[in-house]
Amino acid sequence: MPELDIVDLSMRFDLPNGSSVQALKDVSLSLKEGELMSVLGPSGCGKTTLLNILAGFLAPTSGKVELNGHIVEGPDAERGMVFQKGALFEWMNVRDNVEFGPRMKGMPKAEREKISDHLLEVVGLQDFKEKAVYELSGGMQQRVALARCLANEPDVILMDEPLGALDALTREKMQGLVLKLWKETGKTIILITHSVEEALLLGERLIVMAPRPGRIHREYNLPFAERGVNADLRDVKKSEGFAEKRDEILSMIWEMEEEIMGRTEQVA
Amino acid sequence: MIVLLFYLGLFGGAFFIVYAMRRGLQSRQDFTSLKTVTFGDESAVRADRAASIISVVVIFLIWGAFTGSKIMPIHVPGPFVGETQFTYTLEHPDGSTDDATVFVRVPAFGEEAESFEVEPGTGFAKDVAFAAPAGRSSTILFDKNDEVTRSDGAKIIAINGTAIGPDDTVDTGDGSVSLTGKGAISFTPKQGLQMNPIWLPAPETVVARFFEIASEGYQNFSLWQHLGWSLLRVIAGFVAGAIVGIPLGYAMGLSGWFRGWFDPIVEFMRPVPPLALIPLVIIWFGIWETGKIVLLFLAALWIMTIAARAGVSGVNISKIHAAYSLGASKWQIMRHVIVPNSLPEIFTGARVAMGVCWGTVVAAELVAAQKGAGMMIIAASKFQLTDIVIMGIVLIGIIGYGIDILMRKAENILVPWKGRS
Repeated sequence: MPELDIVDLSMRFDLPNGSSVQALKDVSLSLKEGELMSVLGPSGCGKTTLLNILAGFLAPTSGKVELNGHIVEGPDAERGMVFQKGALFEWMNVRDNVEFGPRMKGMPKAEREKISDHLLEVVGLQDFKEKAVYELSGGMQQRVALARCLANEPDVILMDEPLGALDALTREKMQGLVLKLWKETGKTIILITHSVEEALLLGERLIVMAPRPGRIHREYNLPFAERGVNADLRDVKKSEGFAEKRDEILSMIWEMEEEIMGRTEQVA
Repeated sequence: MIVLLFYLGLFGGAFFIVYAMRRGLQSRQDFTSLKTVTFGDESAVRADRAASIISVVVIFLIWGAFTGSKIMPIHVPGPFVGETQFTYTLEHPDGSTDDATVFVRVPAFGEEAESFEVEPGTGFAKDVAFAAPAGRSSTILFDKNDEVTRSDGAKIIAINGTAIGPDDTVDTGDGSVSLTGKGAISFTPKQGLQMNPIWLPAPETVVARFFEIASEGYQNFSLWQHLGWSLLRVIAGFVAGAIVGIPLGYAMGLSGWFRGWFDPIVEFMRPVPPLALIPLVIIWFGIWETGKIVLLFLAALWIMTIAARAGVSGVNISKIHAAYSLGASKWQIMRHVIVPNSLPEIFTGARVAMGVCWGTVVAAELVAAQKGAGMMIIAASKFQLTDIVIMGIVLIGIIGYGIDILMRKAENILVPWKGRS
């Protein structure tokens, strides 16, 4: 029984100058519960549009998204979001940020605190509960964002380049954390990224999207995410098949980028 | 001009002395501390505390030195005060000459010259006593007791032995003597470089005036009533402006209809200086409290509206999306995301609005008021009570500065996340 069903999703944006952009065309996908899927593609391929439709921030031009048998129509706590940056509430401390979802539901304080205590320990921020979020480093802020999302017990977690703004070292640590959380919570996760390595490491499934119109270009089932759980990610990168897959996908994306460039030059 | 030169001299001098002293203290020079000044990055240059202190001291030093202040050890040369004399040589129409002395007494600024007598002496030119007024030139009728006068054809040919003709001037050391076109003597005591207290009183006079008015009041109201009323008007106008402006700004930030409806009004009223509204407000609401509070309300209203609007529009869309995905309702997003997110902008607006209101209230009181800081200085200026005017200006400045410091403190306590997102 597939949990998340994306059926013939199309999205067209009408521009003020009368023309229109086909951001997505006939995208169909289905995810089973507990699957971790990464989405990769050159800029302008509609990754973020896809995520925004899944989150319910955008209504598709045609097609539908079904979660557990009902059609997605607008944002809801069942689909949690983790943004690249800037989505934490600076006027709340770490604990209040994490407890935001439960508090909005009207959960009593004692219960909320149990959840936030537990989750902050899971993400390793048990000593920073009362800190203001702007006092934390970028990596720690993303840990808060992950904990805040998990506190709400969503069915699906949508991540929009969650590690894109971090430095390489922090990023690697956080990749390990995402894998750990995925395994421990068993959540369905869709993760958008720009980094081919990250997509390979964090994708049980990986889809490569192509631009103009945005569509699914290739789909992979990968063993690396499973290998990476509680393991050194550098070993995973050296493990069998990783380098080949990385080169294959990189050249695929390069080709697409060059095609876009060529098209732009012809227009110009 | 001379004051400006003094000021520049002290500025440069203090700079070189302080830096020379510092170089002696710290031998290591590094280049990472040398940052270029960039616009929008105030932190690149930090204010030098020593410079701030010296700057304030220098202002009082110059003020004291140029007003002959008693608390200041050094002064620029003051005007001549006391007794002086010079001789003139009168030529008889028959060609003979005789010398006579003019005794002059010059009082200090603000004091009356007392007339006095001297022995006339011998010869056909007689000695003269003259009480000169302070700080300006005056004509001496030297020949009122002479045996031959100008009408007889006698004329002055020399002062202190220096030959002089009509319109010439001779320096006598304590003043200057010149001959008028009609042959009379005009004496000007040395002015010096100090200011006449009518233009600028000494610092201690201003301080004394402050204590006097603080204990006795001015024009039927105590000093604290004057200042308190000004403050009260500011607070009343500001609060009224905030109560209307903030919700209006929120509505404009959240609804296209509100924004479209009020944008032309707000954008038109914003650049109109509140002072330009004084005449209209007086016509509509009269010159008393209602008029002033309406004026301050209008001064604060647009600033607060625009600040609230900017605060709402400035909320990062990711925050709204995140809150929606966490299951928040529209009202909860309003209450827990949009309002707190807009607070820093509103505080910035409040600081600006308080500053503008304070300036506007003083100006409004200058136009018409029975009490208030502005009324105090305009009333004093009508009687040339410069010390009260300066005291009032200093107090207005201190209060304005105090308001800003309080607003900044409140900002640090209430919206510590400002500028940290």
